Amino acid sequence: MELQVKDIIQWFELTNEKIQANKDYLTSLDQPIGDGDHGINMARGFKEVVNKISTQDYENVADVLKDVAMTLMSKVGGASGPIFGTAFLKLSIAVKGSDSLNFETFTKGLEEAVNGVKQRGKATEGEKTMIDVWSPVVDYLKSEKDFQGDQIRKTAKQAMENTKEIMATKGRASYFKEKSIGHIDPGAASSFYIFEALAEVIKGGN
Amino acid sequence: MKKIINDPNHVVQDMIKGMVMANPKTVKQLEDTLIIARSEAPIANKVGLVSGGGSGHEPAHAGYVGKGMLDAAVAGEVFTSPTPDQVLEAIKALDSGKGVFLVIKNYTGDVLNFEMAQELAEAEGIKVEKVVVNDDVAVEDSSFTTGRRGIAGTVFVHKIAGAKAESGASLEEVKAVADRVVKNVRSMGMALTPCTVPAAGRPSFQLDENEMEIGIGIHGEPGIERKSIATADEIATELTNKVLEDIEFSIGDDVAVMVNGLGSTPEMELYILNSKVHEILNEKGINVYKTFVGEYMTSLEMAGCSVTLLKLDEELKVLLDAESLAPAFLN
Repeated sequence: MELQVKDIIQWFELTNEKIQANKDYLTSLDQPIGDGDHGINMARGFKEVVNKISTQDYENVADVLKDVAMTLMSKVGGASGPIFGTAFLKLSIAVKGSDSLNFETFTKGLEEAVNGVKQRGKATEGEKTMIDVWSPVVDYLKSEKDFQGDQIRKTAKQAMENTKEIMATKGRASYFKEKSIGHIDPGAASSFYIFEALAEVIKGGN
Repeated sequence: MKKIINDPNHVVQDMIKGMVMANPKTVKQLEDTLIIARSEAPIANKVGLVSGGGSGHEPAHAGYVGKGMLDAAVAGEVFTSPTPDQVLEAIKALDSGKGVFLVIKNYTGDVLNFEMAQELAEAEGIKVEKVVVNDDVAVEDSSFTTGRRGIAGTVFVHKIAGAKAESGASLEEVKAVADRVVKNVRSMGMALTPCTVPAAGRPSFQLDENEMEIGIGIHGEPGIERKSIATADEIATELTNKVLEDIEFSIGDDVAVMVNGLGSTPEMELYILNSKVHEILNEKGINVYKTFVGEYMTSLEMAGCSVTLLKLDEELKVLLDAESLAPAFLN
């Protein structure tokens, strides 16, 4: 399959539904190791994303992704806004010129997104951040030839759960060092919802 | 919570409106933003200077907008970084073709949002450089930062980089002098009472009646130690010595001193502190070139202070002495 403009819009509509439904859960993850506003901020941001993209006419996927990025950046705030914004901005730039996304273009774009996040957050794998979900998903996609929703979801879920055992060395959670072990990283959890939503779009399209 | 506000969620907008009304000749608000800019911006043939950060540190940063200091200050919500789109608007509004210089306090959110704005501006063809101020010697990493925090020393960066930009210097020259200030400025603070973010409604931490916290951050982030309240001389000695330990001073060096109040410390107490700071510097043979006592970088209504020392060379002295028409730093 190829992801069309309508699929990308659906991806963020589903992400928004999941983030809204789990707003309190995300905030509860952020309370012991952050400042307790992750769910509130992400819920506000994704709601604005859906408001923005559902009222526009788009000719290509890059433009949708750019609006997603700019909206997250300006509405989420804190550190999460620019970091999630960077991810979708890099994806948008990487897929510029494509009306729809085939598997290969999407995988390459997502790899660019992860690289952008690493650079922006000056972080890498194994530091208990969203990268610990995005990077395994990219690695999985690179080992495949086509979209498989169930596998994407499974990979993202496992990766999110793995963040529990990591000690934070980046982001605000790093202040809590050893105490951060045993908690799922809130940014990793939000990232799981993003990929779970993607998996549902893919399954619906198959 | 007892505060003179209308709506806790509109304090920043309400404040900016009042600030512009207080200084109508010097500054303007950029439409549909939380940006205060020099009324004559953009200024031809001049590097634009932008700073900003979370609100609640007034007069930082909007009070430092004016001839000889900043060209614009971007205000975030209380203790929250402004977003990249706002910083980008400020950069675009200031650029006269000579580039824009960003002064960022070292907090994770501020650095991320300002750097993202820098990248977006560069993609639009605007030259942007930056400096990240990390003058607080209290803690290496904190709940808000990787590395040291940026506090009152930032005001010296505004003043000196601002004077350099006003003289017609290039973007690279402004960056060089700002880097030199950051290399030579150190601060440390302490608090007697916490502060309350209006939207939160409750103090972010508690201190007992007879307790103080040494090395606290300007958002109430934990410092080094909580202990019983000491005398002004003891507090001045602890803060000044910690600053002196961190940077090499030789006999005869010139320094600028800033004794800064965090929001509700009487000037009387700041002057009492200042006299001990001078005494310590005199004993060490360090020459006080200029002293600033007052509220420069606050933390809402927190009671407490910070001590900042800036080691000066000849050029830094000239730039520190240069004219400033910024309402909170008339010089």
